[in-house]
Amino acid sequence: MINRFLIPVVVFALLAVVLAIGIVHSPDKGIIPSPLIGKPAPPFSLPSLTDATRTVSSGALRGRWYLLNVWGSWCGTCREEHGMLLQVRQSGLVPLIGLDWKDDDAQALGYLQQGGNPYQEIAADRTGRVAIDWGVYAAPESFLVNPEGIVVYKCMGELTPEIWQKEILPRLTKAQASTS
Amino acid sequence: MSHARILRGCLIALAGFLACARAYAIDPTQMPTPELQARYQGLTHELRCVQCQDEAISDSPAGIASDLRGEVRDMLLAGKSDQDVRNFMLARYGDFVLFRPRFVLKNAWLWLAPWALLVVGGLVAWRVVRKRAELVAADNEPLPDDGSP
Repeated sequence: MINRFLIPVVVFALLAVVLAIGIVHSPDKGIIPSPLIGKPAPPFSLPSLTDATRTVSSGALRGRWYLLNVWGSWCGTCREEHGMLLQVRQSGLVPLIGLDWKDDDAQALGYLQQGGNPYQEIAADRTGRVAIDWGVYAAPESFLVNPEGIVVYKCMGELTPEIWQKEILPRLTKAQASTS
Repeated sequence: MSHARILRGCLIALAGFLACARAYAIDPTQMPTPELQARYQGLTHELRCVQCQDEAISDSPAGIASDLRGEVRDMLLAGKSDQDVRNFMLARYGDFVLFRPRFVLKNAWLWLAPWALLVVGGLVAWRVVRKRAELVAADNEPLPDDGSP
């Protein structure tokens, strides 16, 4: 016969474990984990925002690291992360590729003229079709893609200095260390 | 005012409301055949809006929901099956988009936990009932006559 006092203790312990899992994961509430991590980046070929004669394509980006940043001149949080993006550009550690999501070209260009352009290239996704392929649902989002064209990390929301330090930089430096 | 006139006024107002209901619906999409329309309605009701998260894409005014409805429409018009549409969404947004979770290893507990709890509850209830029956059986001596009527 099991000790009758043991049963409530075990039930309580199980409940505590379930609640602890909930508390630990509470900051992720509302963040949809991307099924793209570890998979090939969805291919795209879009007109460049800054030069109508050029196209920006995923094929041309193969063979090097890049950070695809989904933004729009209509997006408030993008404004907040803009300073950080300019710092990333200045660091020269990884090229920023912009995906201008469902935006008006003139407004997007005005936005960059005002705040500075952190991007090496900008693909204009006017219909939002490419963004769907990348599983984008709320700008800003940033995808770190490796030279083999595999998505290794996704930052949902503002790219903060903490995320840059903790998530992106280690992945870049680890890769460089292993190739040298 | 006669009853007939009041009734007529009410009917006109009702007709007006019904006419407006169409115009205010979030999704005015009309598929070419009733069969496609039914499949379209079914899919947009079972796919979750990724931005607002507690609504189906059929009910959400968010821009991304409207884009995803457009994808569903285009895929159905292109002759894709319902499962093709689900797989398309799954590959991009993950299990999150399905209001009806798939039965796969990592979701199995969602489907099995209620049955497991039902079994545990049933066992507990069975034990309690059996114990009480034993108590009654062990104590079925007739009560001593205490002289009350």
